[in-house]
Amino acid sequence: MECCESRTSLAVTRRGLLLGGASFAAWAYLPKFARAVDGRDPRLIVVILRGALDGLATVAPAGDPDYADLHGAIALTRDGPHAAIELDSFFVLHPSMPQFARMYREKQAAVVHAVATPYRERSHFDGQDVLESGFAGPGRVQSGWLNRALAALPRGERVTSGLAVGATAPLVLRGAAPTVGWAPVNLPQAADDTAMRLFDLYKHRDPALAQALSQGLQLDRIAARGDDMRGKPQNGIGAMQLTARGVAKLMAEDDGPRIAALAFDGWDTHANEGGPVGRLAQLLSGLDGAFAEFESGLGAHWRDTAIVVATEFGRTARINGTQGTDHGTGTVALLAGGAIKGGRVIADWPGLKTANLYQNRDLAPTTDLRAVLKGLLRDQLGISERVLAGSVFPDSAAVKPMQGLLA
Amino acid sequence: MARDPQAALIALNRFGFGARGGASGDFINAASDPRGFVLAELQRPAAALIESPALQSTSVLASELFAFQIEEKQKREAAAKAVPPASVMVASKADSAAAANMAAQQKMSGAVTDKAPPPLANSRPPKPAPNVIERTFRAEALARIQRASLAECGFLERLVTFWSNHFCISASKGQPARIWAGAFEREAIRPHVLGRFADMLKAVEQHPAMLFFLDNQQSIGPNSRAGQRSKRGLNENLAREIMELHTLGVGGGYTQGDVTALAKVLTGWTYAGRQGRLGEPGSFIFNANAHEPGSIVLLGKSYADNNAAQGEAALADIARRPATAKFIATKLVRHFVADDPPPALVARLADVFTKTDGDLRAVSHALADADDAWRAPMAKMRSPYEFLIATGRLMAQIPEDPGRYLYGLNVLGQPLWAPAGPNGFADTNAAWAAPEGMKLRLDIAAQVASRIGDNRDPREMLDLIAAGAASPETRQTIARAESRQQAFALLLMSPEFQRR
Repeated sequence: MECCESRTSLAVTRRGLLLGGASFAAWAYLPKFARAVDGRDPRLIVVILRGALDGLATVAPAGDPDYADLHGAIALTRDGPHAAIELDSFFVLHPSMPQFARMYREKQAAVVHAVATPYRERSHFDGQDVLESGFAGPGRVQSGWLNRALAALPRGERVTSGLAVGATAPLVLRGAAPTVGWAPVNLPQAADDTAMRLFDLYKHRDPALAQALSQGLQLDRIAARGDDMRGKPQNGIGAMQLTARGVAKLMAEDDGPRIAALAFDGWDTHANEGGPVGRLAQLLSGLDGAFAEFESGLGAHWRDTAIVVATEFGRTARINGTQGTDHGTGTVALLAGGAIKGGRVIADWPGLKTANLYQNRDLAPTTDLRAVLKGLLRDQLGISERVLAGSVFPDSAAVKPMQGLLA
Repeated sequence: MARDPQAALIALNRFGFGARGGASGDFINAASDPRGFVLAELQRPAAALIESPALQSTSVLASELFAFQIEEKQKREAAAKAVPPASVMVASKADSAAAANMAAQQKMSGAVTDKAPPPLANSRPPKPAPNVIERTFRAEALARIQRASLAECGFLERLVTFWSNHFCISASKGQPARIWAGAFEREAIRPHVLGRFADMLKAVEQHPAMLFFLDNQQSIGPNSRAGQRSKRGLNENLAREIMELHTLGVGGGYTQGDVTALAKVLTGWTYAGRQGRLGEPGSFIFNANAHEPGSIVLLGKSYADNNAAQGEAALADIARRPATAKFIATKLVRHFVADDPPPALVARLADVFTKTDGDLRAVSHALADADDAWRAPMAKMRSPYEFLIATGRLMAQIPEDPGRYLYGLNVLGQPLWAPAGPNGFADTNAAWAAPEGMKLRLDIAAQVASRIGDNRDPREMLDLIAAGAASPETRQTIARAESRQQAFALLLMSPEFQRR
């Protein structure tokens, strides 16, 4: 069994990394990871949102005539007390993301919409495997695309380690290329979302345990918090900012890691998703805070940084009977950082008419997420298209890297 | 595929420590012959024994403990002589916590000297190497956890933990109890788990760990030579707990007079000290000097003064009394089957107990072979120990260090070999399905789950532990979890994993 020994509290320092069991000191002797051609010192951060982010609730197609009906009570609106933030004449941004909106205005943030991995089923685990492994289908979990990209970096520019954040390395960064691990102190022990799911299971299967657990957790308090943004932040939200702060500090070091992967949980909003306020709003607020932490923590390096936020799939276009959304297909990917050519929503919009929905229920994907990732890897790290279509994203020659993602 | 998944769940969880992960095939084996799967372990009594060169006998441990205590005493005396008291604690590197404490006390009393203590707050002092007591305790714990992790069904190990808890000592009683806790179980419980109850009873009550735990080494017959010389006398602790907790049970037909009588019978039951005047240090001895002379009437029968044999005869008779059979049967059924034990099943086990003169293999067999034991709903909660062991088994891990288990047991309120009282840990849902406990269990489950790798599929793991017996709700909850880690935490907390 793996559990339970109390974590030693580690400051976010290189010493902390060392104490965490990583061989971070090796970096001091490595060649700088800098591109000889233009003298840039690029950084790449990959954020995985586990649970499937509702792209239509994050960046809403307010201009699509079918959107408001489909997303019903939780649809974002251009006006009212919690008006969404206008991105362009068609898309609006969730109101709990003011930092991302500012970056967007400063042309340092962009959105890719109606995007999806090649996975077309609706299992979280399999979907995350595809997203992170870079393979076209599930079941390949030996290594992740970011690790293979690291391994493919040309000699002399090669960083031997990427920064894997969390108690276990995310699959996307696992593999033959060495990585170092770091986890923030006080990672939440059991997330509120996990507790709610367990409570729900107990309610149906084991009322006695439901009662005991509910008392133990004071579930009423958590439930109330879900609808009240003024309440204390949920532990997952504080953790997002804490994690981003730590990652930024480590990556800002001259000899620190240039590449990092991390995952945020909690996006599986089947019930009471909330619209401009509520559960998803809180999560997005946490993510927005993470963007701000990356920006301030990376300091001068922000200029050369690219962040990509991706999720395993989207959610149903139509809300379900519990004011939430079920597993879907197309969603958004978010890009941010000084290196990004921002201020735009990149989308080949499929429309939300019933006939245009994927299987009559989901936002139809019109962009392959691998095209976005390939575009970033090619332009930010200088990895060739041939390598990208071979070892990094096997069998993806037909998926061309997206052009012009970087400024 | 499994023929009877529901019965397999009962075989593995009610009677065993849960299905092992990996390629064990436990669930399939259990499903094809549930009763056979459980009962097979009763054919291998030697499998209950733990013999390892790393583990010492009680008397060897006693010698090590005595040596350690002398060394510590000498250190203290040397330190007291060498330095004036005010700066002793600051200079001593032996116990920095005490030093900090002393420094704080000095501060409060204004007695701080010019010499400031070293800055304890910033530089964490190196952890002192664990002493022989702690090393022993952890080695014993590891051996026990490994055995439970490796067992096939685990029925035999479950019986060991049942009897160990029935005849519990507490490792927090003091240094001897802590260093002996594991040896006590290995020497007094394990050899008799499938043997005769009377033999286990005798081994337990004569074990130095029990004699120390229940203070019998201090109990002196008032009319004995030692009693005549000193003003000390009887200590009824052991005698009372033998009748109340180990054999007859409350309401088992004994009186206060019987408690006192048994205490007198047991005077002189002690263990040899450091000098070993009466025997090998740390071994059971009968000290005739402290023994109450004369014949003693106990439960209506007179026992002639015959040294230790007087007490042995008394225990053997108590072990045979119907109240003992009923008490043991009730506890067994409560532990394995239901908080409110079905009376028919209790009566049946008591009957087997009596007819076989307390043959615990026969009693265990009757329990695991009774239809009632398989029909009862799976309403009991796994104890924290069962939960943690089952978790490790599912992850197919053989622990190399007991730390995480010991920590988990402490957090969940079942510190290993250290119940709050001589009645042992509770055996009902009221104890283990309490609100705070459930919350902590969830936290532990989430911590465990946060470390599982992506090569584990929680849906497949659910099939390993429950297969066709998994409820659609649990299956769905796990399948819909947003990450493997969350799914695994939910699996560990599911009724299928928690109830037995």
